[in-house]
Amino acid sequence: MLTRIRTIALVLGLASLAALPPVALALDEPFYIDLFRRFMIFAIAAVSLNLILGYGGMVSFGHAAYLGIGGYAVGILAYYGIDNGFLQWGVAIGASALVALVIGAVSIRTSGIYFIMITLAFTQMLYFLGISVEEYGGDDGMSLLTLSQFGEWLDLSDATTFYYLVLAILIAFMYIVHRLVNSRFGMVIRAAKSNEVRTRAIGFSPYPYKLVAFMIAGAMCGLAGALLVNHTAYLTPDFMHWTRSGEIMFMVILGGVGTTAGPLVGTVALLLLEDTLSAWTTHWQLFLGIFLVLVVLFAKRGLAGLLPGGKRNG
Amino acid sequence: MNFLVVLEQILNGLQFGVMLFLMAAGLTLVFGIMNLVNLAHGSLYMVGAYLATAAYQWTGSFPLAVVLALAGTLIVGMLVEVVTLRTLYERDHLDQVLATFGLILFFNELIAIIWGRSALYTSLPRYLEGHVELLSGLNYPVYRLLIIFVGLAVAGLLWYVVTRTRLGMLIRAGASNRTMVAALGVNIRLLYTIVFGFGAALAGLAGLLAGPIYTAQPGMGELILIQVFVVIVIGGIGSIRGALFGAVLVGMVDTLGRAFLKPMLATVISLEAAQTAGPALASMLIYVLMAVVLAIRPEGLFPSRG
Repeated sequence: MLTRIRTIALVLGLASLAALPPVALALDEPFYIDLFRRFMIFAIAAVSLNLILGYGGMVSFGHAAYLGIGGYAVGILAYYGIDNGFLQWGVAIGASALVALVIGAVSIRTSGIYFIMITLAFTQMLYFLGISVEEYGGDDGMSLLTLSQFGEWLDLSDATTFYYLVLAILIAFMYIVHRLVNSRFGMVIRAAKSNEVRTRAIGFSPYPYKLVAFMIAGAMCGLAGALLVNHTAYLTPDFMHWTRSGEIMFMVILGGVGTTAGPLVGTVALLLLEDTLSAWTTHWQLFLGIFLVLVVLFAKRGLAGLLPGGKRNG
Repeated sequence: MNFLVVLEQILNGLQFGVMLFLMAAGLTLVFGIMNLVNLAHGSLYMVGAYLATAAYQWTGSFPLAVVLALAGTLIVGMLVEVVTLRTLYERDHLDQVLATFGLILFFNELIAIIWGRSALYTSLPRYLEGHVELLSGLNYPVYRLLIIFVGLAVAGLLWYVVTRTRLGMLIRAGASNRTMVAALGVNIRLLYTIVFGFGAALAGLAGLLAGPIYTAQPGMGELILIQVFVVIVIGGIGSIRGALFGAVLVGMVDTLGRAFLKPMLATVISLEAAQTAGPALASMLIYVLMAVVLAIRPEGLFPSRG
């Protein structure tokens, strides 16, 4: 259970995200709407990874794959003139779940270091597939000429509308993950993380549970991919680049693994840091690398560890 | 004629496989003994390639450049171990992955600061540039033959060191019970640093050999690193024998796939379809191979006994 302080912090954080567009418009700085929309899209990806990484103990180093699948699902449909958003996003979610089913079916049979390497390798395979398919732009990628269409009442080209849609999805996903991990299903996942042998001994077979969790996480991240391609209006295989997977993983860790708000906090913190560093020097990755090493060495519980009541991480 | 083309590609596959083996051996040794996942192994490969290129330009002597680059990566590797990785042995794999991911970003950017972001081309000394006639009609580059020879020699040497020497005995003992070896009066921390340094030097060797064939550029390490992961997953983690077998298998499948998949597909489907599907399938081939091996043997082909 969340302690009261953590709940208040989370509510305050979400409230300030909700208050951002009118403030940004009043200050005539619409740039911030764009900036935080990007943060929140990655936060959705991080929330989905947290489900399997934080609660399920599945260290997937290939989560960017689903950003790519979701993005390409929207991009390819739009390429053939199908711009119905419900269809596009539905396909994005379905295709991501399907790919997660296949990758998960092979990789969940293994554990530990094998799991890390295999998820990474499969994502690299999809990345190379994206590069080699010239029809959809290959290495250079392609533009998304029309954004996903949802009829008149939801126009994504309106920055504020799109912003609130992303925020709503983020909150919904945080809530879904919170409910999931506290359900019977989530208990099995968490039990399998802390002791797989005992979980079997009390009569659960973790494999199907883990696979379903892996699929749900993939599907959620697929929707993040669909949002991201609408955000950038451009699609490249770089959506699936392995450093992207590493970044999403680090967002989860930085915020505090296995916490409700951790992925959001970690995403905003990491992307803010990246933007600040890259505005300051072209060699920002040097400093980001050092920062990463230092966080792992000295701040094991992430930023959420700074708040009281984080016993769950222990 | 057709046979010679196939033979040439087989040699290319062997050469690539041997290079993968040099990388995989160091990585699997470090994992098997220290239980450490080192993503930055590819960075050491890159460091080796750059040091060799720089040293060759500076000294003008290729053998001297090789020695300097090997010593350089050995020192860089040991420094990295002492400064960061040493504290991570007791941590879980997630922490190790993230910290070494940070190291990759650091090294890629450091190389870009020193040598710039564009690719660096190296020439070979004249005595390594030529071709040898292996069979009538088959001229094969001397340098690629040299790589195959060096790789196989290193494989033999590793086998000898690990199974027949006192150092190898300590390494194997350290892998199975660290505390017991330390209790018997062996400086296990120093041993680990040395093993890590040797693994780094092997990666550096692969990098310096790769420099003249491919090009040296920031990020070159990660491309091969992920292929090396495939090798290790197929071969079985912690097993040198598995690393050799997996490396040659992956090297062959990848090289032959890239060379012959397109013409083979063209006999089944239309030439135009093969033009698109061929390269796409060829680049996915080793990952499919990995999935098949895992489906049959989740522990890899040669699971280590330790």
